[in-house]
Amino acid sequence: MTAAIEVRAVEKHFGNVSIIRDLNLTVAPGERHAIIGPNGAGKSTTFNLISGRIAPSSGEIRLNGELISGLQPFQINRRGLSRSFQVTNVFAKMTVWENVRCAVLWATGHRYAFWKNVDSLPEVRERTAQILDDIHLSHRRDVPAGLLTYAEQRELEIGITIASGASVVMLDEPTAGMSNAETERAVALIRRLTEGRTLVIVEHDMSVVFGLADRISVLVYGNIIASGTPAEIRGNPKVKEAYLGEEAH
Amino acid sequence: MTKASSSVPKLLAERSGPDFGFYGIWLAAAIALIVLPLIFSAGGSLTSFSLIGISIIFALSYNILLGQTGLLSFGHAVQYGLGGFLAVHAMNAVANYGWPIPLPFIPLAGGIGGLAFAILVGWVMTKRAGTVFAMISLGVGELVASSSLILRSVFGGESGITTDRTALPHMFGWTFGPQIQVYYLIAFWVMISAIAMYALTRTPLGRICNAVRDNPERVEFIGYDPHVVRYLAYGFAGFFAGIAGGLTAINFEIANSAYLGATQSGLVLFATFIGGTAYFFGPILGAILVTYLQLGLANVTTVWQLYFGIIFIGIVMFAPGGIAGLLMMHRPLIRAKTLGMVIPSYLLAAIPTLALATGVTLAIETVARYTESEGEGNIINLFGIPFDATRPTTWLAAVVLIVGGYLIARITWRRIAEAWDQAATVARDRGYLA
Repeated sequence: MTAAIEVRAVEKHFGNVSIIRDLNLTVAPGERHAIIGPNGAGKSTTFNLISGRIAPSSGEIRLNGELISGLQPFQINRRGLSRSFQVTNVFAKMTVWENVRCAVLWATGHRYAFWKNVDSLPEVRERTAQILDDIHLSHRRDVPAGLLTYAEQRELEIGITIASGASVVMLDEPTAGMSNAETERAVALIRRLTEGRTLVIVEHDMSVVFGLADRISVLVYGNIIASGTPAEIRGNPKVKEAYLGEEAH
Repeated sequence: MTKASSSVPKLLAERSGPDFGFYGIWLAAAIALIVLPLIFSAGGSLTSFSLIGISIIFALSYNILLGQTGLLSFGHAVQYGLGGFLAVHAMNAVANYGWPIPLPFIPLAGGIGGLAFAILVGWVMTKRAGTVFAMISLGVGELVASSSLILRSVFGGESGITTDRTALPHMFGWTFGPQIQVYYLIAFWVMISAIAMYALTRTPLGRICNAVRDNPERVEFIGYDPHVVRYLAYGFAGFFAGIAGGLTAINFEIANSAYLGATQSGLVLFATFIGGTAYFFGPILGAILVTYLQLGLANVTTVWQLYFGIIFIGIVMFAPGGIAGLLMMHRPLIRAKTLGMVIPSYLLAAIPTLALATGVTLAIETVARYTESEGEGNIINLFGIPFDATRPTTWLAAVVLIVGGYLIARITWRRIAEAWDQAATVARDRGYLA
């Protein structure tokens, strides 16, 4: 079976500084895969490399078997990979409804159309309404995204990410800065919305990681030191030493 | 949460039912354009209306860039001017070769001129937004403006290229010689262009333009190339600017290098910003006001540009949403029926604010007259009252008005803020304000 995401020997240097060194990562289709690691390990950089925000210095990245390293973000997105951002990244002056609708437009094939009325596209309307319902923001549909509460903005961020119906969804610290109750809600939301899709998630909250993920990869200094099921990761001495150990004692 | 959910029924109720109000506004605009010259039939007003109509199209086209896509251009007059030149050449060709193309179709040639140039230079220009785009637009503007003086065969040098609009085939027996017929030709194109540009904002491309304005980076991660979006927006803006230029060429029967210069580019930025970029109708208000002031003030005072500058700085500092933003601020208050709470404070503030404005005007005019050539005379006629610029009492009056007006106005402005806070709180409680 072709892997959903296949990262092979990827390196990223900024000048003389190596951020990512010989990165190898395989994510199977339908898998919920968490990437953990200490601050500065290169988790966000890994996300940026896979989603095309930055290009790798060497190595290759494949999405469903197709080479995507070196492509622009929108090209990768059109091939079925969608990502969220650690710092909320929405369309602040546009309403919640419009935010989600913009994310639906390309996937429904309307592209750069300037001859269609955006309000009279039934499939766009239905899908947008469905996603707003899914992320529990239907009652806030006419509020500019910039005026939402922080937790609501995080939910909208997830909504925008899944709106295109991408088969691979990458979430960068979706519960960062949330209260316990909000985190619980968000995890339930993520679990439900990524049903049947491949999920790659970066997360600091270990209860979220071990509750949600099928497999976990541990990233330290730009290199994956271990990859396996939650039980395997818990028992791995290298991981304990590098990362979990700090929390255990 | 409870507050928000209580507001839902009201907000949703607004959108249900056929939108009579929406079509009513467009119908009212069309009727206004038709009857305006019948009400104001003085000789000069027809010319004014024609120029205002043209600048409405021009400002709306500029807002496709600034307000819709977030592109600050300092060279929008290039497309406008090239549209004007192409229209003049088209008119001359039609007249020379006897083609069966009547005058009302000529603005389309202007539009194609603007569009063609936008297609040509736009791809490189729109690679980046922000400062890079602004600087390149300034450079291209200067480049084309100076080329227009060098390439004499195309642009006619200093004097420009003239044409005769009556030489084209007539339509419905209209020769388009009299200004009233030209006015209706312009009014027709104002209506068509405004509807088309509004419709553009309601398309998938129009919505994505807004998304690019708000957050170009995120757009890349929902499948869109922001460069393509900016390029398309630039093309549309160029097309409608070209139509405005074509109408100007018809109106004046000439196209010259002044059409494409930095002054023209500055004026459209000015009108659009003063009107307000966040709402579709903002640039319309701005175009009406700025053109009216430009035509009116130039007759009254020699330093009319100074007043423009003061208005512009005032808007940028105190009302960055422009006139449209100021008006739309009141919509939730009207809906919540709390507008009555702020109106008295406005009326109260109007008196000292007017005194302050009068003082500033008096000071500017006095200084302007005092420093100008002696032969002009020292008598200023301000609001029908003559003042002598050399007399100390005039200077004293200006100082008293400015200082006294400002001190009192400051207190009344604070009262506006308080009244506004109260009204907004009530509106928020009633669920009309987020």
